[in-house]
Amino acid sequence: MPVWTWFGLQKGRATTPWPEHPGPDGQEGVLGLPRFDAARCSSAQTGCTDCVAACPASAISANAAGAVRVDYARCVGCQLCTEVCPEGAFTVSHDWAFGVRDKADLVNRGNAIVPTATPQTANEAELAQELKAFGKSLHIRHVDAGSCNGCESELQALLNPFYNLHRLGLFFTPSPRFADLLLVTGPVTAAMREPLLRTYEAMPQPRWVMAVGTCATSGGVSGGGYACHQGLQGILPVDVWLPGCPPNPAALIEALLLLLRRRSQRVHGGQYESA
Amino acid sequence: MRHCDTARLDPPDLLPAADGLLTELGDSPSAHGRMQMAYACGCAEGGMDVIYISSAPTPPQASPAPQGSERTLGRPGGLLSQGANRPYKLWRVRPDSHTLPSLANKLPLLGWYEREMMDLYGLRFDGHPEPNPLVLHEGMPREPAPLAAHFDVNAAALDFSPQPPIVPQVLGPDIQRLPFGPVRADIVESAQFLFFYIGEGILHYHPRLFYKHRAMEARFQGVALAAGAVLAERVSGIDSVAHALAYAQAVEGAMGWRAPARARYLRVILAELERLYNHLHYLGHLSKTTTLKVGEAEGHLLEERIKQINARLTGSRFLRGLVTPGGLRRDLDISGLDKALDAINDEIDRYLVRLESTRSHLDRLMATGILPRQVAFDQGATGPIERASDLDRDLRRDHPYAHYEKVRFSIPVQQGGDAHARSLVRMEEIRESLAIIRQTIGRTKPGDVLRLDVMEDPDPQGEGLGWVEAARGGLLYAVHLSEDRTRLLRVKIKEPSFSNWRVFPFTVEDSNMMDYAINEASFGLSIAGADR
Repeated sequence: MPVWTWFGLQKGRATTPWPEHPGPDGQEGVLGLPRFDAARCSSAQTGCTDCVAACPASAISANAAGAVRVDYARCVGCQLCTEVCPEGAFTVSHDWAFGVRDKADLVNRGNAIVPTATPQTANEAELAQELKAFGKSLHIRHVDAGSCNGCESELQALLNPFYNLHRLGLFFTPSPRFADLLLVTGPVTAAMREPLLRTYEAMPQPRWVMAVGTCATSGGVSGGGYACHQGLQGILPVDVWLPGCPPNPAALIEALLLLLRRRSQRVHGGQYESA
Repeated sequence: MRHCDTARLDPPDLLPAADGLLTELGDSPSAHGRMQMAYACGCAEGGMDVIYISSAPTPPQASPAPQGSERTLGRPGGLLSQGANRPYKLWRVRPDSHTLPSLANKLPLLGWYEREMMDLYGLRFDGHPEPNPLVLHEGMPREPAPLAAHFDVNAAALDFSPQPPIVPQVLGPDIQRLPFGPVRADIVESAQFLFFYIGEGILHYHPRLFYKHRAMEARFQGVALAAGAVLAERVSGIDSVAHALAYAQAVEGAMGWRAPARARYLRVILAELERLYNHLHYLGHLSKTTTLKVGEAEGHLLEERIKQINARLTGSRFLRGLVTPGGLRRDLDISGLDKALDAINDEIDRYLVRLESTRSHLDRLMATGILPRQVAFDQGATGPIERASDLDRDLRRDHPYAHYEKVRFSIPVQQGGDAHARSLVRMEEIRESLAIIRQTIGRTKPGDVLRLDVMEDPDPQGEGLGWVEAARGGLLYAVHLSEDRTRLLRVKIKEPSFSNWRVFPFTVEDSNMMDYAINEASFGLSIAGADR
């Protein structure tokens, strides 16, 4: 037996049983996007906008009435808001499973009326039919449309022995012709726009698109300017939005399973529901 | 600019100055002195300056580096640390009607910097040997140059129809042309590689980068100092600490701040943890290209375990959200770090030994992608790449920052210049990083981690230079602050991958297609960093 095989077998299994079975998800200590508790925020009375000024990604804004609004599609998880908020309305959290099907679910309007999440029932039956055709398997074509390579690093981690993505029936494929899902990272640079669209066109139908990382969902800190678009909005139809800078491997797995309806969405109206 | 000896030159003085620098370097170039970068800066009184920064060569009277076992010891301050703390040399030139003489024929590594300025600032460099588009691809609008007048950070994304790249005509029977990318197989960054080859032999290789150009330097414009660190972390995600640290040190230089001792020790720990996971990833990736499947899996598993240690220590798998001008944003509890590293130390060691003794793996690495010493020097190779080509340079030892002057470590250097040498350098660096972290943990005392007081003379112009030896090589940040010193006017990033991508094609041409993937993996390049 070759020596490497022997060493490999000797090591035993390194793969986590999560998420199919209880086990470590490998994210111990990882800080997610900050939590916002509108009840503790008095900006409407005091006019405090420290968080708005501190946010380098323009994820936090205050309307004319002074109500603070958080758009998690833009949040890069830098935690600066949790450091400047005098009232503890922003707190550090370990919330990382931020994948949503409707981008509006990423907006926390604070005291304003939260729109009731519209379940996309119309397409749901059709989608269930499509999903059935794939069995439990999904082939993914990844396109880097200008990321900082943080997202790539975490996507590559999905294939390491700890996450071992293949066991879930999920595969990365080099060819768009074999791909069911187009997974896009980065804010879409001017030069990558056309290669991205051509990859999408080369995919057979039905096909889905996932925006991974804050750059792809909104442009993040690098979007805009002469060289960048503001993420996938207006460029491709997106089925799942996953902000995070970068989203960790567990968040990526959750979002992929969310697309396949094997996991439920945990963020509604910008509020994170704990499992 | 802080940490620099500044000289203002007129455009006609530029060529003689370049000759002078070459004379100083001598026939066999010192490993230490070298032109580093050039950039344009539309800062002072509406005018535009072009700034050249070079590191000072070893003074001629200094004795040569001792041979033998002591040679690589990183004892700071002594003979072994050549050029230590010597200021960088800075030339400041005001172009004459947007034109300067090109220095690319004398200092080849400036070729890309000059092309970048041609694209983004609309400058002209007379006599440039290769005045083709670099950052802005063929087909992108050239006028107005996007950074020419005042940075318009809110301009719309460029609208254009892509054109094929300008490449040398390669004519002859049986020559095949293969454009590979920009969307490539596997989970990789976007770039296009154009191969001209006969059979297996590569005649010409044209990497077309900057598909990922995000104008990150322009994004710094007008940003507050603390938020700048958040941006710097997102220039190249796998080099987050290095970027934030180089940025923070540049701002500290300009402001006259000095980070407290504890923060400086913790910065060393963070920087070495970043080197660890990067090098382990690299070994896994290299094993993949030589089809050593278990080696690939184990390298990536060890990388994952370091990332999980990072997360438990700092809350971020990429060690983000800590480094900021003036120190660290919050304190870290490093009490469990020693134990966490103990748990995988032996595994890492056994992994390295196994790789070093696997003949099928070594066979594919040896004599693959040879980078000669002189080419590495002339074209500006940096980091493990130049150290594998017998250039003994490392900013941690040559220009100590953070608290690297307080720890002992050696700088591995190899003579081969091939993929094997690069792999050996990285393996040795992994062992050194583990040792550095252990020493640093022992020295770290309780105390403040953030201090925003002026401790030294601030730079009168509000300009600073920061440098870091990142996992991929020398990384420099030059910052120019606004008059009230609360905002950033101009930030220039000299990224190690920008330098190494310039060098890489020299090892590809005249090699063969089968070795290409191994050779590319052995360079460990970041495209996001190069493209910015």
